[in-house]
Amino acid sequence: MTRKINWIAFVLGWSVALLIFFPILWMALTSNKTESEAYALRPGLLFHPTLESFRTVLSQSAYGHYAWNSVYVSVGATLLATTLSVPAAYAMAFHPGPRTSGILMWMMSTRMMPPVSTLIPTYLILAHLGLIDSRIALIGIYATMNLPITVWLVYSYFREIPHEILEAGRIEGLSPWGEIWHLLLPMSLPGLASSALLSLVLCWNEAFWSINLTSAKAGTLAVFIAGYSNPQGLFLAKLSAASILAIAPILVFGWAAQRQLVRGLTFGAVK
Amino acid sequence: MPSTVFEASRTADRRRVASVPFIAPSFVLLFASMIVPLVITLYFSVEHYNLLSANGPKFTGLNNYLYLVRDPAFVDAVVNSCLILASVLALTVVGGTLLAWLYDQTFPGSKVARLLVIAPFFVMPTVNALLWKNLLFHPLYGFLAFPLRLLHIGPIDWFGRFPLLAIIIILSWQWLPFAFLILLTSVQSMDAEQKEAALIDGAGPWTIFWHLILPHLKRPISVVIMVEAIFLLSAFAEILITTAGGPGTATTNLTFLVYSLGLLQFDIGLASAGGVVAVVFANIVALFLIRTASRNLNPPAAVPEEAEA
Repeated sequence: MTRKINWIAFVLGWSVALLIFFPILWMALTSNKTESEAYALRPGLLFHPTLESFRTVLSQSAYGHYAWNSVYVSVGATLLATTLSVPAAYAMAFHPGPRTSGILMWMMSTRMMPPVSTLIPTYLILAHLGLIDSRIALIGIYATMNLPITVWLVYSYFREIPHEILEAGRIEGLSPWGEIWHLLLPMSLPGLASSALLSLVLCWNEAFWSINLTSAKAGTLAVFIAGYSNPQGLFLAKLSAASILAIAPILVFGWAAQRQLVRGLTFGAVK
Repeated sequence: MPSTVFEASRTADRRRVASVPFIAPSFVLLFASMIVPLVITLYFSVEHYNLLSANGPKFTGLNNYLYLVRDPAFVDAVVNSCLILASVLALTVVGGTLLAWLYDQTFPGSKVARLLVIAPFFVMPTVNALLWKNLLFHPLYGFLAFPLRLLHIGPIDWFGRFPLLAIIIILSWQWLPFAFLILLTSVQSMDAEQKEAALIDGAGPWTIFWHLILPHLKRPISVVIMVEAIFLLSAFAEILITTAGGPGTATTNLTFLVYSLGLLQFDIGLASAGGVVAVVFANIVALFLIRTASRNLNPPAAVPEEAEA
């Protein structure tokens, strides 16, 4: 039996999707134009596609430097947050005490604190330590930022693992750290990977701390793009090319991390 | 705090495992980089302290707060924060609900269409801001200028004439996908049989929407509102890059005001007072979110309901 195609939903669904996606599409098109085509007063879909702007951005600007910073900081912060969250989630999921849910909720509440409330002291402390515009400082801040979400996600993965499995390990003489290393990590690897993916996406796109705390040395791609807010940004094709380069990899990651995004950002309130 | 409070309860594990060494690293990091600075912010907020003045910090009581409340820029910032919050929430929640309903249907390519709809959420704020400022809203070269020229309207300087509206559009474009994704997830977790039963009973799509989907979405909608509220309150890069809070204070929100007081005017005391206000503001919202989420924290432990069904 063939199902009838819902034509209204089809037409409406695709029109709305293209409308919402249009700004990104337009940017992608502009990135393939020459500067003069990008400036045409009658924006056309007919143009001679060229990768010239991508070549210029990649060769003339410091794109590579900032991209490397983004990778370095995002991966570093994600590794740090994941490493710290696994033992915490283990203790909370398998050895809950009277204070466990209180601590978990406290951790979640720190994620809800507006970053601007700690901006001034953080800036002054880092300046005092000579850590303004350093990747280490950004890694620490991003790890803190994502820790509550990561702990929460890992905790919810661990809770799905039956206690009996750990008990079996205990009979074999495993210590708690041994249980984590030999039993939990292999079993929850897919879960850990997906929570790491979400953390990567959030770090990559973060713009408040990176703009305020870094510039030419440790700046991430968000800072690099912010640099186009001067009149240089009116080189529309180059701006578009740089932007596409900055968002394309993480867009794919983001699509892959949808489920974790829902679970992580709502702390499991929506399933 | 005695370390015994972290010890395992006997129901979960016969052995007592001290949780402290497991939780401590996370706890210490969060404490050091969130709570310590927050306490310093509180301390600075009652100090007269400007980095540009030769004098060091001096206790001034609640003067920073009093000064702040009387500052027209602060009133503007609070009003703008609320306006942005209310408009973006209204647009994204209503839009997200309708989109969730639409994309709950299956049609050729519906999965790809869904991906396109959620894409804006993964665009970093600085790209988002410049994309709208230079490629879409630019009075002459922006895409929007083209149809307006055909209609003999404009050129319109969006960020000059309708600055707050422009910011609201930008933020809504970014957060609509979030609302959509959460609400779609929730709609899809609904009992399919229930929907089909309603269809068989002859219920039209509107009836299903009003009487089945909307009641089901009550809770996820409140979650969306709270999560978005927290993030929208902290909107920063989108404002810095497009309008830098202006013209005047037309697009200055609380976050931007604290930034400009602290890092542009170096008035540490005043900026810290603003930071404290921002925390209070966010906490009121967060309280509700945590409360809703906490109901899900400890679900009745593994009740084998399915086995009986």
